[in-house]
Amino acid sequence: MSSSERIADWTKGEEAITYQTCAACGHVQYFHRAFCAACGASDSREARASGKGRVYATSLVCRAATPETRAHVPYNILLVDCAEGFRVMAHGENGLAIGDEVDASFTAFAGKLVPFFTRRK
Amino acid sequence: MSFITGVGLTPYGKHEGSSSLDLMSRAAQAALDDAGLKRSDIDGILCGYSTVSPHIMLATVFAEHFGIRPSYAHAVQVGGATGLAMTMLAHHLVDAGVARNVLVVAGENRLTGQSRDASIQALAQVGHPDYEVPLGPTIPAYYGLVANRYMHEYGVTEEDLAEFAVLMRAHACTHPGAQFHEPITVADVMASKPVAMPLKLLDCCPVSDGGAAFVISREHTGELGVRIRGCAQAHTHQHVTAAPGLSELGAEISIARAREATGLAISDVRYAAIYDSFTITLAMLLEDLGLAGRGEAAARVRAGHFSRDGAMPLNTHGGLLSYGHCGVGGAMAHLVEAHLQMTGRAAHRQVRDASIALLHGDGGVLSSHVSMFLERVR
Repeated sequence: MSSSERIADWTKGEEAITYQTCAACGHVQYFHRAFCAACGASDSREARASGKGRVYATSLVCRAATPETRAHVPYNILLVDCAEGFRVMAHGENGLAIGDEVDASFTAFAGKLVPFFTRRK
Repeated sequence: MSFITGVGLTPYGKHEGSSSLDLMSRAAQAALDDAGLKRSDIDGILCGYSTVSPHIMLATVFAEHFGIRPSYAHAVQVGGATGLAMTMLAHHLVDAGVARNVLVVAGENRLTGQSRDASIQALAQVGHPDYEVPLGPTIPAYYGLVANRYMHEYGVTEEDLAEFAVLMRAHACTHPGAQFHEPITVADVMASKPVAMPLKLLDCCPVSDGGAAFVISREHTGELGVRIRGCAQAHTHQHVTAAPGLSELGAEISIARAREATGLAISDVRYAAIYDSFTITLAMLLEDLGLAGRGEAAARVRAGHFSRDGAMPLNTHGGLLSYGHCGVGGAMAHLVEAHLQMTGRAAHRQVRDASIALLHGDGGVLSSHVSMFLERVR
């Protein structure tokens, strides 16, 4: 699928994490662009990710900066390395540790949909 | 060749009723006085930004307000690395003959000019607007993620990180201009309120009002000169989601370039002025720059290595963690202190030998880096 036919993802309110793979050089990128950031080619293929990944880092946020986010504290922010080869920032269950195998679901946070990872059963 | 001929610094903390322009003006006047120069001697102005009073042309707003008509002027924005990035640019402008005396200035009433929430929220916008900010991260959370991974990789503990807060506070206690003067212990840091784990309140720099300024000139005006020996930058990413692995850190790249540019080695350095927005920032940068081995910086703090009388005195004014952080001016205080040390004017904080100093600034989430070597000359 070309970059002009964008698949809706969680940033647009859909329960999906998407990514792009460059048809020219194979580079995988998470932040959507009309081109490949590695080689500049414009024919990246877009796909929905499996939602499987591994925890790269966590930080439990205990002090939020807005009334909307303060209602959720503490909330666990994660960096997750997805199986398809890109990294996402997301929320996750408390107690997750680096290296844990996780699966994505989605949850409401401060009026928006966000990815939420739980430990793989 | 270029020299830092004057430095100016206000106390950091609360300056009730002072605007960003007021704080910039006070610091600029102090820097001019220190250099022994008049307004008419200044032909270049570089300034940072103010989150309290954003403006698309802050350098000319300041120039008009302060009373200078420079032949070169603009603002620079590289987050926490802005002060050193401006100094690097001033060095090149002077070296290239574009300007004779460049005033580098920043100041902000970040503490009293807005709510702490507004400040934290404004800064969190360095995150990606679509892929990060909706998750409700804060700057401490971005650095909390970095800390969590770094601690995992190198066996660093929360108690290790606390040592850096204790050291910066001990240094601040000896500087009358610092925001905090009450000594703290590792236990105090450990017991402070959780902010974004593993970072607790005392692992984080405060929000401050303050201003700082320097003059960078083609010739030195005093008997002792502080020469900018050389500097370099590295920019690896903006967002922590897109940060490279710990094997490709920007600080390592910029210090390698700065060493190459100057022919200096880390073993030549006698004084260190290193960015310390959080305890993890300082711990990592010390190790990235080669001022300590991986995972070993905290042990060096405990051994007194980075204290005033140690082998590598570090941020003897108290750093961002305890002198304070007013935005762009925050890390400029590190250079002011290095200058005072190099010219033997640091009073009871004076170190034995600050003949060569290494400065390092970081902007974003370890995104933008500037490394700089200063050298004392006669």
